[in-house]
Amino acid sequence: MKDAFGAPQSVLVLGGASEIGLAVARRMLVRRARAVWLAGRPSPALDSAAASLRALRPGADVRTVEFDALDTGSHEEVLGKVFAEGDVDLVLLAFGVLGDQARDEREPAGAVRVAQTNYTGAVSAGLVAASALRGQGHGSLVVLSSVAAERARRGNFIYGSSKAGLDAFAQGLGEALRGTGVHVMVVRPGFVRSRMTAGLREAPLATTPGAVAAAVESGLRHRASTVWVPGALRPAMAVLRHLPRPLFRRLPL
Amino acid sequence: MPPTQSPPPDLAAPADAPAVPVSGWGRTAPTVARLVRPRSYDEAVAAVRGCGARGGIPRGLGRAYGDAAQNAGGAVLDMTALDRIHAVDAAGGVVLCDAGVSLHRLMQVLLPLGWFVPVTPGTRYVTVGGAIGADIHGKNHHVCGSFSRHVLSLELLTADGTIRTVAPGDPLFEATCGGMGLTGVVLTASLRLQPVETSWMTVDTERARDLDDLMARLTATDHRHRYSVAWIDLLARGAATGRAVLTRGDHAPRAALPRSRRARRDPLEFRPSRLPAAPSFLPDGLLGPTTVGIFNELWYRRAPRLRTGELQRLHAFFHPLDGVPHWNRVYGRSGFVQYQFVVGYGEEEALRRIVRRISGRRCPSFLAVLKRFGDGDPGWLSFPTAGWTLALDLPAGLPGLDGLLDELDEEVAAAGGRVYLAKDSRLRPELLPAMYPRLEEFRALRAALDPRGVFTSDLSRRLGL
Ligand SMILES: Cc1cc2nc3c(=O)[nH]c(=O)nc-3n(C[C@H](O)[C@H](O)[C@H](O)COP(=O)(O)OP(=O)(O)OC[C@H]3O[C@@H](n4cnc5c(N)ncnc54)[C@H](O)[C@@H]3O)c2cc1C
Ligand SMILES: NC(=O)c1ccc[n+]([C@@H]2O[C@H](COP(=O)([O-])OP(=O)(O)OC[C@H]3O[C@@H](n4cnc5c(N)ncnc54)[C@H](OP(=O)(O)O)[C@@H]3O)[C@@H](O)[C@H]2O)c1
Repeated sequence: MKDAFGAPQSVLVLGGASEIGLAVARRMLVRRARAVWLAGRPSPALDSAAASLRALRPGADVRTVEFDALDTGSHEEVLGKVFAEGDVDLVLLAFGVLGDQARDEREPAGAVRVAQTNYTGAVSAGLVAASALRGQGHGSLVVLSSVAAERARRGNFIYGSSKAGLDAFAQGLGEALRGTGVHVMVVRPGFVRSRMTAGLREAPLATTPGAVAAAVESGLRHRASTVWVPGALRPAMAVLRHLPRPLFRRLPL
Repeated sequence: MPPTQSPPPDLAAPADAPAVPVSGWGRTAPTVARLVRPRSYDEAVAAVRGCGARGGIPRGLGRAYGDAAQNAGGAVLDMTALDRIHAVDAAGGVVLCDAGVSLHRLMQVLLPLGWFVPVTPGTRYVTVGGAIGADIHGKNHHVCGSFSRHVLSLELLTADGTIRTVAPGDPLFEATCGGMGLTGVVLTASLRLQPVETSWMTVDTERARDLDDLMARLTATDHRHRYSVAWIDLLARGAATGRAVLTRGDHAPRAALPRSRRARRDPLEFRPSRLPAAPSFLPDGLLGPTTVGIFNELWYRRAPRLRTGELQRLHAFFHPLDGVPHWNRVYGRSGFVQYQFVVGYGEEEALRRIVRRISGRRCPSFLAVLKRFGDGDPGWLSFPTAGWTLALDLPAGLPGLDGLLDELDEEVAAAGGRVYLAKDSRLRPELLPAMYPRLEEFRALRAALDPRGVFTSDLSRRLGL
């Protein structure tokens, strides 16, 4: 159960090796979490992620479970197995791929993969998780969207459009779940220094996985429906969203 | 074919009960449950039998601050429709009533007969079931012990759907008192009452300039009064840390009422008035250190240095907050947390450290309450133990509050103390066994009595009760 401050006791990270996902799990373990599931594609990274969490809090029940966002047919079974072991207070939808915009424009199969992972996979896993949470009458589903979902940009509109779809889906799901005890929170980080963005030119207001985790903790506490990281992005994007296109085009984003 | 076992159609069927958000008085962690409101004992039995996989938990008037009377995804049994007062022995001072009866109602009925409830918390809007479930204490704990000490017997509906009569001395009785509804549903209870001549109190008020002065005064003169409590200003710092106003009271005898007053004609009158309710939407942060600080300052200055024998209405003395319905809304959307702990006599240093810590952090806490408890009570999970108890309210949105309270827990546990489950919404479960040494017995009794875990609450899930 979450406590009065929204701190969960059990956490499921979908995309278990994600740097942001791990930062959130770490933060929750320091607070009240004693059970963490890392769901992801089997890899040394996933195993070492689990090991690092166990080292952080010996005695915590940290487990990995095989999960592929693209294999939507398996989601019921995989998530069903996790929920059968006990309540999950926080489900974090953290998987995602950035893709390679230039290459994906040339080779649409790559773009499809981005769309299927970030959108289709999330719709499937999100609905399955929502139904399980609904059954337990409590819990939060936290969805890592992106500031890129706010307005399509030339440089990353394939990723951006997949996140826009995900963002709209998550907002709607939050509405659908009102009154069920399940809380949906959409998190829109800007540029986060992680594996995903390694080697890319930093955008203004760049932030860290730790800062995203702190924002998630605070959002849970206030039962927020939307969280921007950093917070300054909210007003910034409110302006950028309405900037005339010729102007927006010229911005160094 | 065996006869079908479905309950008669007019019984409240738990499966079709509406799913609604349920929270405690602090409004911090609402969860959704099917709310079932049994109107008869048969319906209560059917409700327990039909709880389903996520179990059920009895609920009274929802005055527990945290998640004790919530059960996410399962059933919550609202017991307030079972509210009959069955018999009053006006000569012997015993009442037999349903567990859904409120203390407010009992006072309305019993005061004119010259009887008062044996123990009352800071609000009259609690049920007898809730008073037993949390084994509540009042300002008279140092003299009279907790609520359950005045329970002669009760009828308990257990997980197997049977109704048992249990009485003091019985392990099931002791597990039920303070058992937070987890041993079963109390259906009725018979209580021993307190005789009174009037519905008035004679009240002595005095100021204490700091915490040590306060403790000295309480220690020296508590035993002279049936009711005693001190209100501490936790925003005062430096030399004034822990400054407080002590109020002590006793039931006024008839002779104490002035001859001229109407009071003399109807000395047992009980008609508390209520103001309009606090509005349902108030923003967070209304109560910051500045506003609360000003309030506390005014309140301290207003109190007399020493005044004795003042006559007060009973409800003004016991339940000042009940005058404003839904006052809990002033804390806004994030709700609030009440923190109440007890540390034993001899652990005054821990109490001083905790008070200094809270004051040092400038927490916007309205008046906190300090009281001396008498000996501990027989309930296995009953809260009181001989020592000092401090209770304070804090807005849940206060930055850093979670960490601060965790630190206080450590202090409390290290001093051999405990926090009160009826107020709790955030304790770290690892600390529970140290705070409640009879927890293992409680768990074992539950495992034997209720192997499927029919009685389950958000509190029991969170703390592993
Ligand atoms: C303003 C205020 C002041 C307070 N002051 C005090 C105080 O001075 N001293 C003190 O001790 N407490 C105090 N409390 C706490 C309050 O007395 C307890 O939380 C009490 O249990 C509330 O009773 P309720 O009927 O509202 O029960 P609920 O809050 O609905 O339930 C509380 C617990 O009792 C159980 N329960 C309820 N009905 C039954 C039943 N029929 N059978 C079995 N279990 C049942 C529930 O499962 C739950 O675990 C105060 C609360 C408020 C809001
Ligand atoms: N970094 C940023 O700047 C930024 C900004 C805004 C939003 N976000 C979003 O935040 C989330 C986490 O990103 P991050 O920065 O932590 O990046 P990350 O470390 O690269 O994490 C992404 C994770 O997604 C997993 N994943 C990808 N495809 C998957 C699939 N088919 N099935 C299961 N898992 C899959 C990856 O698993 P493998 O280890 O198996 O590859 C990886 O662990 C993503 O949704 C991202 O879009 C990131």
